[in-house]
Amino acid sequence: MTAPRHPDALTAPRHVDVLVVGAGPAGLAAAARLAAAGAGRVEVLEREARPGGVPRHCAHGGFGTWTHPLTGPGYARLLTQAAERAGATVRTGVTALDWAPDGPVLTAVGPGGPETVTARAVVLATGARERPRPARLVPGTRPAGVYTTGELQQAVHLFGQHIGTRAVVVGAADVSYAAADTVRAAGAEVVALVTEHPRAQTGRARARAALLRHGVPLLTGTTVTALLGHGRLSGVRVRHRDGRTTVLPCDTVVFTGDFVPDHELARRGGLTLDPGTRGPAVAGSLHTSRPGVFAAGNILHAVEPAGTAAREGARAAGAVLDFLAGAPWPAPGVPVTVAPPLRWIAPNRVTPDAPSVPHLLRTGVPLRRPVLYVRQDGRLLHHERLPTALPDRTLALGARWHHRVDPDGGEVRVSTG
Amino acid sequence: MSVTAAGPLPTAPYDVAVVGAGVVGCAIARELARRPRLRVALVEAQDDVGQGTSKANTAILHTGFDAAPGTLEARLVREGYALLGAYAAGSGIPVERVGALLVAWDEEQLAALPRLAGKAERNAYHDTALLGPGELYAREPRLGPGALGALHVPGESIICPWTTTLAYATQAVRSGVDLHLNTAVREVSSPDGHVLTTSRGTLRARHLVNAAGLHADTLDRALGHEDFTVTPRRGQLLVYDKLARPLVRHILLPVPTALGKGVLVAPTVYGNVLLGPTAEDLHDKRATGSTADGTAALREQGRRILPALVEEEVTAVYAGLRAATGHEDYRITAHPGQAYVTVGGIRSTGLTASLAIAAHVVGLLADGGLDLGPVREPDPVTMPNLGEAFPRPYQRPDLIAADPEYGTLVCHCERVSRGEIRDALAGTVPPRSLEGLRRRTRARSGRCQGFYCGAAVRDLFERGARP
Repeated sequence: MTAPRHPDALTAPRHVDVLVVGAGPAGLAAAARLAAAGAGRVEVLEREARPGGVPRHCAHGGFGTWTHPLTGPGYARLLTQAAERAGATVRTGVTALDWAPDGPVLTAVGPGGPETVTARAVVLATGARERPRPARLVPGTRPAGVYTTGELQQAVHLFGQHIGTRAVVVGAADVSYAAADTVRAAGAEVVALVTEHPRAQTGRARARAALLRHGVPLLTGTTVTALLGHGRLSGVRVRHRDGRTTVLPCDTVVFTGDFVPDHELARRGGLTLDPGTRGPAVAGSLHTSRPGVFAAGNILHAVEPAGTAAREGARAAGAVLDFLAGAPWPAPGVPVTVAPPLRWIAPNRVTPDAPSVPHLLRTGVPLRRPVLYVRQDGRLLHHERLPTALPDRTLALGARWHHRVDPDGGEVRVSTG
Repeated sequence: MSVTAAGPLPTAPYDVAVVGAGVVGCAIARELARRPRLRVALVEAQDDVGQGTSKANTAILHTGFDAAPGTLEARLVREGYALLGAYAAGSGIPVERVGALLVAWDEEQLAALPRLAGKAERNAYHDTALLGPGELYAREPRLGPGALGALHVPGESIICPWTTTLAYATQAVRSGVDLHLNTAVREVSSPDGHVLTTSRGTLRARHLVNAAGLHADTLDRALGHEDFTVTPRRGQLLVYDKLARPLVRHILLPVPTALGKGVLVAPTVYGNVLLGPTAEDLHDKRATGSTADGTAALREQGRRILPALVEEEVTAVYAGLRAATGHEDYRITAHPGQAYVTVGGIRSTGLTASLAIAAHVVGLLADGGLDLGPVREPDPVTMPNLGEAFPRPYQRPDLIAADPEYGTLVCHCERVSRGEIRDALAGTVPPRSLEGLRRRTRARSGRCQGFYCGAAVRDLFERGARP
């Protein structure tokens, strides 16, 4: 065995102006705007074989715009072409591994070997993923046939793999219904959608269509308490609200939703993370705590639609351009936190100079027409009645109160009471 | 030399059949393979080596400091520690000599530490040291508050159990051992030599070694012995994400007291952190499921030992069954009149002791009339490195320059390259399932559990399995 060698010991660093990590909607949109605005050499590192991020394997509609609707793969292609036409370089099969000790400098590896890339600015757009079964601490055996939506969609839509014959889908959010569609597209039967919540976290039309058109029952108030079977999954034990337990016989189970940011690179770089989102803490300008490093997309808020991520990528590009033109790195700003049942808020910092973009929030339980209160050090800055909010669905809070935040005061707290 | 998983078994009698391809059975087969005149069969009920107790342990290379002095186990663990340490260094099996701290959380546990140091002395382990709280917290700054002191056992190490088992099996098969997978032994009759009735037909052998782990008592009874009963003792373990690895530097062992054994927190050679095990005596030898109560209890204890740990993501929950016999020693018994050796009651120290157990068992076979013949040392093996303390393929410019497949990462969380997956599929003992591939490469064992790479890894596996 050869002696350990750090990759950057061997290669001379390459220089780019802006290095974007992740070729999903946020990264590609940032790269497109940066390259178009003449930011110089703009390079996107993508560890997968194809650019596009999660939309690559979302073989359904709902992407693009009202006037130009697209499927996920179509949207991925459009964003990739836009970035490349603008002059950005998209490098697939190259994995950003870690940071050099100082500055926006990353080590990476690909088929061409290890490399060190120095940049004037880095945009982290590493996205989000679903939490798999072990992280959810679902008891039972460890059989084959256990999926997340991400793996399921790739298995079916990218590789044409057989997935089993009877699937239970855990969750009843939009992504869960997309998973159910994929199960059916693979020729398998959806046994049921199972959610702990009292109702589906999707539009009523979609829930009704799943039941009436496809005969997929929705089990609300129901918890998965064990996976059964040796070798292959044989069933899922569930507990209903009234305490009854039953076994749903199935050979496949899909754990959907429960997204978390893919924040490994952010943590390795020592970026301050927000305790709610578990992504980098940012204000509306999308500067992270590490000078020269910006973040955009679902690494900041797991998860919002692809279009939101792309718009945010473009906004990050604006901040990068200002920084390259000499704008100073801002102070960290005042933290914005949420009180339960709210789960997180993004952006989660307020700085005096950042653009006043709306905040995105999530609730842990359904809230009917909630009033949100914004306070700092006991002082009410703002309150606002919002539409009925469901877990896993976007909830937005305006930013009209930003000018009332004392930049030297304590954290800003957002609550429902 | 062959590995079979289906079809009829060879009809010619073997000199020795070893039943059970766990870490102990594989080590015995490898030891027998040093005797090229012997025809040896290694018989395994499952579709891979190391599929029973061997795959779900705490992955520690024990010094044997706390064994019951004077027992066979104490001797074999002590000898095996040195043997496996040297073997691992020569074969590329990752070992990290991190040392252990037995942390005392109350006065009773603190009072037990000098006794444990004395026990270590009686086990010929002389390097322990008592630490006060100052030195303990200097060594483990993230330890929860309230620890009173510790016993430092610097020799305790962490090792890769899968690579160890696979290295033994690989070397055995390359040296001529026939490994028969998917071969469950149903009956044994021994009128003249042993006739094993298996799920794949009949297999004959002059000498028989019972290394059947959890099922060793059943096989022993089939040969007319009522010496012991295996009670499966379930140990549930939580595996925390690699981002938790900086939280802990040593193996943090509980101090055994009258009130129970407690749980350990240990780094793994893959860069994860283990929390566990529970200890639940059961009757079902297939009860390898985790339970909500078990994981909740572990998290509760983990929160005291290393509070920051339980905030990290869990990447795996597993439950192993240890072969408890209600007897504080291994049950290795020769039955020379039957040309039969029982290797029972091998507890969690079996991984450490495996090479010494193998030498001991082959000695017993010789005493029982097996003519071993001359020795020929097998060719050394070089196993793919799964350990984070040594360069992984993606960190080796020389490898990537020679073969860019080692720079093409498929599993991102664990940084497994396409080259490593290809190599595993072409190995001497290839995987027959995605789980087997996972144990050989770490592919899809990280925090995403296949969200990103699962379908791509399966594609490589299915294409590799059907070239």
